[in-house]
Amino acid sequence: MTTLAVLEQRDGTLRKVSYEVVTAARRLGASVDAVVCSSAGPEGCASAIAERAKSGGYRAVVFAATATGKDLAPRVAAKLGVGVAADITDLSVDGGTIVATRPVYAGKALQKVRVLGEPAVISVRPNVFTPPPDAQASQVQPETLSIPSPGRVVVREIKPAPAGTLDVAEAQIIISGGRGLKEPANFKVLEELAQAFDGRAAVGASRAVVDAGWRAHADQVGQTGKTVSPSLYIAVGISGAIQHLAGMRTSKVIVAINKDKDAPIFKVADYGVVGDLFEIVPKLTEEIRKLHG
Amino acid sequence: MKIAVCIKRVPDSETRVKIAADSKSLDEAGVKFVLNPYDEFAVEEALRRKEKAGTGEVAVICLGPAAAQETIRTALAMGADRGVLLQADRIPADPFESAKIIAAELKGTAWDLILFGRMAIDDYNHQVGPLVAELLDLPCVTTVSHLDIEGTKGVAEREIEGGIEVVDFPLPAVLTADKGLNEPRYPALKGIMAAKKKPLEVKPVQPGAGALEVVALTPPPERKAGRIVGEGAAAVGELVRLLREEAKVL
Repeated sequence: MTTLAVLEQRDGTLRKVSYEVVTAARRLGASVDAVVCSSAGPEGCASAIAERAKSGGYRAVVFAATATGKDLAPRVAAKLGVGVAADITDLSVDGGTIVATRPVYAGKALQKVRVLGEPAVISVRPNVFTPPPDAQASQVQPETLSIPSPGRVVVREIKPAPAGTLDVAEAQIIISGGRGLKEPANFKVLEELAQAFDGRAAVGASRAVVDAGWRAHADQVGQTGKTVSPSLYIAVGISGAIQHLAGMRTSKVIVAINKDKDAPIFKVADYGVVGDLFEIVPKLTEEIRKLHG
Repeated sequence: MKIAVCIKRVPDSETRVKIAADSKSLDEAGVKFVLNPYDEFAVEEALRRKEKAGTGEVAVICLGPAAAQETIRTALAMGADRGVLLQADRIPADPFESAKIIAAELKGTAWDLILFGRMAIDDYNHQVGPLVAELLDLPCVTTVSHLDIEGTKGVAEREIEGGIEVVDFPLPAVLTADKGLNEPRYPALKGIMAAKKKPLEVKPVQPGAGALEVVALTPPPERKAGRIVGEGAAAVGELVRLLREEAKVL
């Protein structure tokens, strides 16, 4: 049985998460076909992928749980008459049945589900299914799928985020700020630290500062924002409300910087530094620059 | 403007999750339930569109238990005209089963817009909106953070990784609302009183089992207790050493 992996590209370059989609698909068996959509609208892409999923006799169709994948996967799933096992963080085959784990209540609990659809439709959380370092290119037989009609929903343009900014959902390193930053302009100290990581870090925010209008909602980490799993999460001036902890607790390593030694954030942090963030963060920036110097 | 808003009753985001005795679901004892925060943006947008048009109807539709009548009343108190509760004891694990029930209720009425929140903060499925759109064969735009409508033409902005996508679509359409679309109003006392008299129809439904079966609900793995490295800027050197040598993330 073969799995169909749905990849994402932008401007002709495969997105990093697509390698993770293939890695997840290979958990279901060695044979993986991959499909990538060019520039058609979501409806045209969904029709072509659903047609292929039906005609190819696939056991599963795997998407990335990105903005694009979250939009596309349900459209395809509906055409196949099933729901999506969405935003999963673990995947296996147990006695011939696909079993997936998905964080629910923003990660306050893990739901294990049997995925009984044929084909099963699955979307995988970014930054979880790390590709093996020794991955080798295989023989690919390219094929072109035709898109029956472009559809009614048309992407007019993509306004790119300012150069050098990275999305918190995809970043390997996230530096998040909360009310402890005192005012919006002070996020500059976090942006400088992010820059010291050579473009691998994004700046996130707590709900309090997003609701106050200091930062964009796109940057919000937590139950009503993004749930993230970076390798390093640095929480600066964030006390650690339950809804925030839910959004970042699957980070591999958590660092907390806060002036209140009793702040709940220290209970989930691997490493904590107590004190004035306006002294600590610039010092950290200096040290990180030295490492990358 | 004839607008349907599909809403959900969910545990408040400050809820501490306890697992029920069946090891598959949430222990609801003591849990405060609210209107799903993303649905508030959908309700608000519907009210603004109707107000702008000067005429029309905003109907709220909710699949949920009997207690979800309270959730519907919240939307009615904000200003929606009527509510429909598709009453089922349990929301199916397979969102396609929920979508089929909601689509069946929506079918046959000439809605200009059908709005959802971009996701529910309990099951994190972010898919009932687009599933319903497919079932009704309507155009769909998800995670809308900015919306312009002129006649039967709409332009929406939606956040994607590293940018904003600008999308053209025709009405009628299904849209899912993201934070940032508007600032939802708080129900005023007058609205709360008026909501008690607004029509709320209850229709029993029987969701199918679907293709997703919950095997277990478990707490997430506990994080190992961390440590305070030190105080102030003097601790930064040791922090960097630990991140490099112990955690190996630098």
